Amino acid sequence: MSKAQAVKLPTVKEKKLKNEKVSLAVHRTVVYIILILLTIVCLFPFYILLVNCSHSSPDIMKGFHWWFGTYFATNWRNLFANQNIPLLRGVLNSILIALVNATLTVYFSALTAFATHIYRFKGRKIIETFILAIMMIPTQVAAMGLVMFCIEHNLTDNYMILILPAIASPVTYFYMKQYLESVLPMEVIEAARVDGTSELGIFHKIVLPIIKPALAVQFIFAYVGNWNNYFTPSMLINDRELKTIPLIIAQLSASSPDTFDKGQIYMLLTIAVIPVVIVYLIFSRAIIKNLTSGAVKG
Amino acid sequence: MENQEKNMTPPENNENIKDVLVEGLEEEQVDDNFANLNWFGQMLWKVKEKFTGVKANKKRHKMVSYGKYGYIFLIPFFVIFAVFSFYPLIQTIVFSFTEYYYGQGGLIQVGPNPNGFANYAEVLSDSYTWKYFGNTMLIWICGFIPQIIISLLLAIWFTDARLKLKMGGFFKAVMYMPNLVMASAFGMLFLMLFSLTGPVNQILGSLGLSPIKFAESAGWTRGIIAFINWLMWFGNTTILLMSGIMGIDESIFESARLDGSSGTKTFWHITFPLLLPIFVYVLITSLIGGIQLFDVAQIYTASKGGPDQSAMTIMMYLYSLITSSKNYGVAGAVSVLLFLLTGVLSIIIFKVMIPTNNVIKQEARARKARMRWLKDAQVSEPINEGGNNHE
Repeated sequence: MSKAQAVKLPTVKEKKLKNEKVSLAVHRTVVYIILILLTIVCLFPFYILLVNCSHSSPDIMKGFHWWFGTYFATNWRNLFANQNIPLLRGVLNSILIALVNATLTVYFSALTAFATHIYRFKGRKIIETFILAIMMIPTQVAAMGLVMFCIEHNLTDNYMILILPAIASPVTYFYMKQYLESVLPMEVIEAARVDGTSELGIFHKIVLPIIKPALAVQFIFAYVGNWNNYFTPSMLINDRELKTIPLIIAQLSASSPDTFDKGQIYMLLTIAVIPVVIVYLIFSRAIIKNLTSGAVKG
Repeated sequence: MENQEKNMTPPENNENIKDVLVEGLEEEQVDDNFANLNWFGQMLWKVKEKFTGVKANKKRHKMVSYGKYGYIFLIPFFVIFAVFSFYPLIQTIVFSFTEYYYGQGGLIQVGPNPNGFANYAEVLSDSYTWKYFGNTMLIWICGFIPQIIISLLLAIWFTDARLKLKMGGFFKAVMYMPNLVMASAFGMLFLMLFSLTGPVNQILGSLGLSPIKFAESAGWTRGIIAFINWLMWFGNTTILLMSGIMGIDESIFESARLDGSSGTKTFWHITFPLLLPIFVYVLITSLIGGIQLFDVAQIYTASKGGPDQSAMTIMMYLYSLITSSKNYGVAGAVSVLLFLLTGVLSIIIFKVMIPTNNVIKQEARARKARMRWLKDAQVSEPINEGGNNHE
């Protein structure tokens, strides 16, 4: 009897183990199928975008295309030569605003985070809580006041109004603060003070190099955010020479896109979307490398 | 920082410095002298000084004080915030209590004349306001429900060590990508895809089906906008939930498994209750984001709001009040109501996440998860190699 038991017990265990393995395999297969479906859903819009911007407008109207055409260069040329769309200016405007804004956002958020992290002064906690609270307020609720402010001070069609607010960015401040807390040793600051470095010098020569990885990541997020920004610019910019890419897209959607050259529209959307995707896919690798090496050093 | 000044003698090692620092901070907190008084108290002291000649105990101020640099470095942020956010907000609030609009096609300026709560009464009794708000909420819910279900499943799968998913980095990279894409470009792209002669109808045609007039149907218009919203945000929600799951102590899962708890049982009795604060956080931040829905709907419906204005969101309404009808009084009232609504929702976040530190921790965790996500996206290796798993 004891012999039988000795034989029987392992088989039950094995059976259970085998069942578990089978169910895990089934589970895994289901998960993969869903993941692949979601991937297709995510990539399909981009795929159609790229396929259609390489076909001519009549070709696009004729029927659906599963594969790339030969019209890419022609669409590109036609779009930039199109008199109705100030595209070249639009691209340059978008790049200018996004670059300047991202730089200001990252620099001043780091400075603000530095101020609340390093120094002990009265009201510091209140200020921290205050910035955390305004992070939640949507910019749209003050939009009316901003528009009236701009009309009052003749600031419409002026890039200053799009650029200067970048200095006060609670969200970026928040990330910078978190990063400073995790990497900045006070000893370094103290040592620099003993060496006679000025406080702003400490920020420039010591803090900024240490938080470079965070600066890079936040720069990309700020750049993308500004590149995509539509709500505020659309209320404050009317001059066609000053329009950014989202404003050009909005103008196009409002002026019945049915009559417009389809190849050119897809090309415009490609120009608006694909650079960001490329930046996301390529540059994040370098940033992450920085980030991990920075973490080891810190 | 001021206190550390008296410990200027260089200590032998780092640990000493740390002790000194901690000591300094503690002293600062219990120190009750002039520097710790508020502005009013300091003023009283100064008045007393003038009359009695008795000096206040300004011990800390005699040393080199670094505290002032804190204020100096905060100036840019607060000046810009005051001019471009705070002042406009105050103006918005002030004009919400006035009659102020441009009549006859913007030719005649009426007001601003104070009219109390008349704008609020008008906005709240106006059936259009409620219709637009209803549209916004409907579109948000239609996007949010599939989003939370799919994101929760993905978060569980991505953090499940037993599954050992391959290519996790690739899947994550793809799913987060739509979040970075220009919302207005997405709106325009879907407007093209779902136009009467667009690719979707072409595919239907090649399958022998008759074309659907997507633009003329309220359901389709709302549904497509909700779909775009879902597409743009489910990756982000997955990250948030993943960070929540990874924050749960692994040993809890382990002991549950040793006790023979099944997968679903573990989820409902352990994962879900522990995840609840993050769940609420996700729900409310998504709701605040949903209230702000503008770009996609504006471009997709060519600023018209779709058939019978069925996809006109509350932000689109506000936008048209500010830009085309120039009714600053009513626009101000709508702005203030939205401000109050988002304010209440934010307070709920803070209350739920008590102690408040949790909000900060949650943000920090989300940030770390995002970084890890991006890292995985590059390396394309099994997701759980970092050791944040339930095993």
